Amino acid sequence: MIHAHDSTIVRTMSRLLIPLIQLFALYVLFFGQYGPGGGFAGGVMLGASLILGTLVFGPEAAPCLLAKKLIHGDGIGLMIFAGVGGLCLIGGGEFLNYSNLEIPWVDTDSRRRYLGILVTQIGVAVDIAVTALLIVFSLSLTNNSEESHA
Amino acid sequence: MTLFFEILLLVLLIMTAAGAILVKDLISSVLILGSYSFLLALVWAWLGAVDVAFVEAVVGAGLATVFFLLTLFGTAPKDTRIRRPAPPLIALLGLPLLGLLLLYSAEDFPKFGNPESRASVHVSPEYLKNSLKETDTPNVVTAVLMDYRAFDTLIETGVIFTAGIACVLLLRRNRE
Amino acid sequence: MLEHIEAALQRPNFIAFVVLFLWGFFIMVAHPNLVKKLIGMYLLQTSVIFLLVTISAKAEAAAPILQGSDAVQSERHQIDPADYANPLPHVLTLTAIVVQVATLGVSLALVTAIYRQYGSLDEDQLLKRIE
Repeated sequence: MIHAHDSTIVRTMSRLLIPLIQLFALYVLFFGQYGPGGGFAGGVMLGASLILGTLVFGPEAAPCLLAKKLIHGDGIGLMIFAGVGGLCLIGGGEFLNYSNLEIPWVDTDSRRRYLGILVTQIGVAVDIAVTALLIVFSLSLTNNSEESHA
Repeated sequence: MTLFFEILLLVLLIMTAAGAILVKDLISSVLILGSYSFLLALVWAWLGAVDVAFVEAVVGAGLATVFFLLTLFGTAPKDTRIRRPAPPLIALLGLPLLGLLLLYSAEDFPKFGNPESRASVHVSPEYLKNSLKETDTPNVVTAVLMDYRAFDTLIETGVIFTAGIACVLLLRRNRE
Repeated sequence: MLEHIEAALQRPNFIAFVVLFLWGFFIMVAHPNLVKKLIGMYLLQTSVIFLLVTISAKAEAAAPILQGSDAVQSERHQIDPADYANPLPHVLTLTAIVVQVATLGVSLALVTAIYRQYGSLDEDQLLKRIE
């Protein structure tokens, strides 16, 4: 595994940058409907913040342990996306036709579609973030490491 | 003025691609590829595709470079000085011929920037006119991606999930 | 013949696409190192996406995000489609870019697995070691 970086400048700047990157990633994700961005860019940035934490602080510190717990949730993004489609089926229409979502306090057709777009973007972002983490963790195991993903 | 700027960007793009190919050291080659991605994002923002430029800058200049560098450090670094053998003759003769044939067919393409070209007349004016009324979303690309063409995005999410699982299965160390 | 050359020169994006596509393809075929082949594959994929985006550009058009008075009420104001760039190729492009990086991750995992099994990244030495 990658060992921790021992330069003070890199560690301090990473401590400042990781929460800023996550905040910007959430902004890009939720404002994808009013400007450029959306689910893909937000998800990759969320994954990149944890990759930075793993590369700088080593395998014993908090970002790497959090990433190892998050990796087990790889299929959740796809389930959210397909789940919204299934909810549309339950509401009485076709698969992924958001005008049939049954939410009690949302009344106009366009607000229902807006909400459907928002939830599916969150699903895509979670999926891409976890996959980026998974690929980086697979590529960085070295020969004399005793850890594995089972 | 604008055409000059665009030709400058295209020339810089080809120069960085040439640099990524012709350099002998693999780590320098990968870093020049990162700058090629960044210039490509600039060209796309110049052509009006801001969403695409955003995703390319994040994914191409960020994630692809990290993958390449992790692979190069995971395999032996001493393999990164490479030698140049003679290229096969069929590739040297056939590929420029293919290039000339492709350039010969350039006349059939519509003129660059024409709003009446075939790609812009059938469905996409309907998307531009109706998407705000029907989905409350000013960003037309997001509305088309997640609402009108949601099936493509669902299957693409499945492809990304499969790629992650494939990486784990290829590189897993078994506990004996 | 002359009008073909003139038509090709009026479309500089297409010339850039042809150069990048064929050079990336040549590197994939002719170079013996596996990681260099993957660099060629990356150039190949991005050149095709570049062609897709070029088709969607319109002269003096804005990005396809409705703003200003168009964003407020789109029933009274008629949106002129020639003012905004074509959004459909952008959708295809977004999917293609993310699939490209997923393919790159799996290819690099294959290269690492080959290295762990055989100990070399050079194509000719790999052919010798497999036998």
